[in-house]
Amino acid sequence: MADITQLKEIASQVRRDIIRQTYYSNSGHPGGSLGCADFFTALYFKVLRRHPHFDMTGKGEDMFFLSNGHVSPVWYSALARAGYFPIEELATFRQLHSRLQGHPATHEGLPGIRVASGSLGQGISVAIGAALAKKLDSDPHLVYALTGDGELQEGQIWEAAMFAAHHKVDNLIVTVDWNGQQIDGPNDEVISLGNLPAKWEAFGWDVLHTPGNDMASLLHTLQHAGELTGKGRPVVVLMRTEMGFGVDFMMGSHKWHGVAPNKEQAIQALAQLPETLGDYPGPGEV
Amino acid sequence: MLEHIINTGSKATRDGFGAGLYEIGKLNPEVVALCADLVGSLKMEAFIKDFPERFFQVGIAEANMMGIAAGLATSGKIPYTGTFANFSTGRVYDQLRQSIAYSDKNVKVCASHAGLTLGEDGATHQILEDIGMIKMLPGFAVICPCDYNQTKAATMAIAEHYGPVYLRFGRPNWPVFTPENQRFEIGKAQVLSAGADVSLIATGHMVWQVVEAARALAGEGISCEVINVHTIKPLDEETILDSVSKTKCVVSAEEHQRNGGLGESIAGLLARRLPSPIEFVAVNDSFGESGKPLELLDKYGLGVPDVIAAAKRALQRKS
Repeated sequence: MADITQLKEIASQVRRDIIRQTYYSNSGHPGGSLGCADFFTALYFKVLRRHPHFDMTGKGEDMFFLSNGHVSPVWYSALARAGYFPIEELATFRQLHSRLQGHPATHEGLPGIRVASGSLGQGISVAIGAALAKKLDSDPHLVYALTGDGELQEGQIWEAAMFAAHHKVDNLIVTVDWNGQQIDGPNDEVISLGNLPAKWEAFGWDVLHTPGNDMASLLHTLQHAGELTGKGRPVVVLMRTEMGFGVDFMMGSHKWHGVAPNKEQAIQALAQLPETLGDYPGPGEV
Repeated sequence: MLEHIINTGSKATRDGFGAGLYEIGKLNPEVVALCADLVGSLKMEAFIKDFPERFFQVGIAEANMMGIAAGLATSGKIPYTGTFANFSTGRVYDQLRQSIAYSDKNVKVCASHAGLTLGEDGATHQILEDIGMIKMLPGFAVICPCDYNQTKAATMAIAEHYGPVYLRFGRPNWPVFTPENQRFEIGKAQVLSAGADVSLIATGHMVWQVVEAARALAGEGISCEVINVHTIKPLDEETILDSVSKTKCVVSAEEHQRNGGLGESIAGLLARRLPSPIEFVAVNDSFGESGKPLELLDKYGLGVPDVIAAAKRALQRKS
């Protein structure tokens, strides 16, 4: 198991992978991906109790579902670095004939992906279904899901929240990438999320908070979330992240939600992110 | 030639679904069921009584139900979702598309109260667009059985078929004329009665209307080949082509919009392989309204006289 120093090193490499995937494809969503890099690193290198090889059914292991599919670059990097598919394949992101679709999909058979996401609001429901199956199968492992914060404006999210509390889906941990930003601007200007912790509490969930870009806090809170499972209530972890975290000129704005860096920007970003595990071979000089 | 098609009494196709769900629940422990606050309407009580741990009441939250079904299927379960056809399709189209069809999930979307024969509840609930919506989704099978016995058999058969299935059935009591304990073969059309002059090809409740029309036409010396297409997708192209190559003209009949329905699928097939006159008995670009099932079929051009008139038009168009 990786220690905190190692996890930070992995996260730095994951951030490099995000910059290079979006740069080379000249598309994709770097902002949210960078903000979630610490979470994905913690998840795949510390938190998930998982088989080394991919099994769609997830029997006998923890499962993860991504609801905000546009942060695919961070997920692809984490999956490749965790050994689910060759790291070199990151070079095919968003290219024709690739398994690394713009938004995650099962259709091309990419190991690690269990459901397509991209159209928002659907992932918690799917995670609930997997959690119910684990209960039917007496499988004590957990199901994790990640949603965006703007995504919480979707009605299906709250249908799922109501269901999970009513049916005591207590083997489920939902994490929220709460960076306060969405495509058209800050959440508070687009549609305010209001008192988010109170909303989840009112829906019958146990609510935890953590800084989402501090590895030690993140690990501590995710461990705590695990300890809260099995007690009759679903658990939500509100992660205060910063969109674009790790690259100074991408932070603090929604501007980099869905915009790829150009060559100069990519070089500038990579200069801030140490290459710890080795870059995958790219088609160009970046 | 139609004497062997006997109405043995009336039962609702939704009752066939309930009976089939219970039987497959006994046979296959991976079958689970979900419902969005319509347990009684979908006749799911027997399953729930004997397999309470395999049933999930979702409440009035159909989008969530489809997502949960996708998650259960990911883990190897065979989920059957139950709600009205309207709420099984248009209301949840994006969930069906992304979480189920595109993600290749083995979910059985079971949809009651389809079509005009829903009756008095009116146009908000009388979905007439569902076949078109679902047949456009890659990977989805679209099944619309014709009576109680066939719906029961289809409900059981779809558990053995890997992949998403849309199973469409209805609310009213309707003639039962196919055998009990029949074997249901997905994708295989049934020639109920052989004939020479015109192919009458129908799905769902309209199969019985077509049988009645064929009897009347036989009295006028017109020989109809009656085909039950219980599986609209994948379409049994060979059975249809074999029939039309003999009769040279077609009438399609369905409780659905003309746009997007079975008739459109048949017309597309014929245009590609065997151009032939086709007449459509279907709703022509309108919503329904409140009324009794047979009154509504008559008003919207799906009555037995409408099938007879369509057959005569098709015959006239043969050169």
